[in-house]
Amino acid sequence: MLRLLSLLIMLCVSLPSRAALTIEITGAGEHQIPVSIAPFAGEENLPQSITQVIAADLARTGLFKLVDPAGKTPHEPRDVVYSDWPGVQALAIGNVLQQINGRVVVKFRLLDMVNQNELVGEAVSAPNSQLRAIAHRIADMIYAKLTGDPGVFSTRIAYVNRNGRNYRLVVADSDGYGEQTVLSRNSPILSPAWSPDGSHLAYVSFELGHASVYVQSLLTNQRLLLANFEGSNSAPAWSPDGTQLAVVLTRDGSSQIYLVHPDGTDLHRISFSGAIDTEPCFSPDGQYILYTSDQGGTPQIYRMSVDGGLPERLTFDDGNNFSPRYSPDGRSFVYTHLENGRFYIATQDFATGQAQLLTDGGWEKRPSFAPNGKIILFASEAQGRGILSTVSSDGRVRQKMFPQSGDIREPTWGPFIKQ
Amino acid sequence: MKKVGLSILLVSMLAACASEKPKEAPAAEAQPAAAQAMAVDPLNDPNSILAKRSVYYPFDVSVVQDADKPVVAAHAKYLSEHPDRHVRLEGNCDERGSTEYNIGLGQRRADGVKKMMELNGVQAGQITTVSYGEEKPKISCHEEKCWRENRRTDLDYNAN
Repeated sequence: MLRLLSLLIMLCVSLPSRAALTIEITGAGEHQIPVSIAPFAGEENLPQSITQVIAADLARTGLFKLVDPAGKTPHEPRDVVYSDWPGVQALAIGNVLQQINGRVVVKFRLLDMVNQNELVGEAVSAPNSQLRAIAHRIADMIYAKLTGDPGVFSTRIAYVNRNGRNYRLVVADSDGYGEQTVLSRNSPILSPAWSPDGSHLAYVSFELGHASVYVQSLLTNQRLLLANFEGSNSAPAWSPDGTQLAVVLTRDGSSQIYLVHPDGTDLHRISFSGAIDTEPCFSPDGQYILYTSDQGGTPQIYRMSVDGGLPERLTFDDGNNFSPRYSPDGRSFVYTHLENGRFYIATQDFATGQAQLLTDGGWEKRPSFAPNGKIILFASEAQGRGILSTVSSDGRVRQKMFPQSGDIREPTWGPFIKQ
Repeated sequence: MKKVGLSILLVSMLAACASEKPKEAPAAEAQPAAAQAMAVDPLNDPNSILAKRSVYYPFDVSVVQDADKPVVAAHAKYLSEHPDRHVRLEGNCDERGSTEYNIGLGQRRADGVKKMMELNGVQAGQITTVSYGEEKPKISCHEEKCWRENRRTDLDYNAN
């Protein structure tokens, strides 16, 4: 059954088709799914091959083995000779229609080559300036069908690119294409945080001479100076319903956590340790806040109720722990572990208290989950430069993404964008 | 300081004029006055303890160390004797922490120096504090020889 569905791609900007990041992948999933993507009919007339982007998306996850179609080009189910695809579990076929109104419609099907039936069939349409967005949508559907988890290829990431004195706050597709500069300043920019609907970024800028928190719309670029008290104003985090932000202020002494509405009203303090309490992160149900605190003498991860109450310490190992972020299902959290001068990305399961180091250590900071919980994005270093890295949540597959110039810092993965 | 800076600026502007008209020499009259103003300010004596404008810390510590207490005390004495002067305390950290934790730690370092100065008679209005966290390292490398230079509070008298 071919369900015709026109998907509105929300990004209203024409994206440059060059990658801001060069990607290097290591490792593989435990059981790679053999998949083949046959070139779509008519895509040779497009400036960008749709199927190449789909294949690259799937390959980057390490969960798929991309089987070369070896010249076979079926476009419809009737063209498929199942015996021609030994060892292939799923095959994507399709065709491209360029409409006179400047839009492109891609009809595709994913076929189960073992049971010889159709897994999914859809038509995706977008302006012809957004061919990559079409490909990401199709890759998301293939990924979802074959793994059972939602794909994150259509989501975006934010990071800071530092070039000498210049700092740029950047938003890009999760594969590094379509880079857009949100803010450029000759003073530090830190701690970008996505609003739950992906429409705004909160961040810290030093443009006034000290750390202040701003909220900026990604649609209009309009921005609001959210917190600019004496001392430092930093570490913004959104509540899951988008009605509140947690921020860290030093206006009453050491760094403490406060809640405030996105328009700057109803600011009130919720942590009272007198220590450094920072890097708040809301639980997916909005009831708890994970944060970093040195109230026990060294920086460790704590949890408190949004309504206040006693803080509960969650990390007890040797070394220091920073930058906690909830997993999207709320069952675990990721954080940075510092031991013997090396930073590691680690996760801890709430039910068992079990911690797992996911990386071999290095200069690894500020992890965040992809919205499907399967990949963790973090800042690291290679060849003397700050780069983006990812690791799958099981630690098996890693990616390094090198910027064209400068250092990358302070990454954070954005939310699913509702269609 | 603002006035001194302005007079130096005027001197250099006049000097620029003077180079065009070499027979007039207003710069020669103005220069000694500026030099004299500098000489009376112990802040500008390179041999004074006031020439030290940074205090340093061990890892993850924000308490002023015994070795640096005389430096803070001397600046506190100077500021209390010069209530028109103003200082900005800039807390900095090495890179072994999250950027946000280091914002907090740098703020605590600067605020610690401020508190010590206030106990020594400096008016709160003479001091502002700022934390740069790990954002403005003096030297960049992943070794203690850099880290120890970056764990510091700087005293800046030229900030507004």
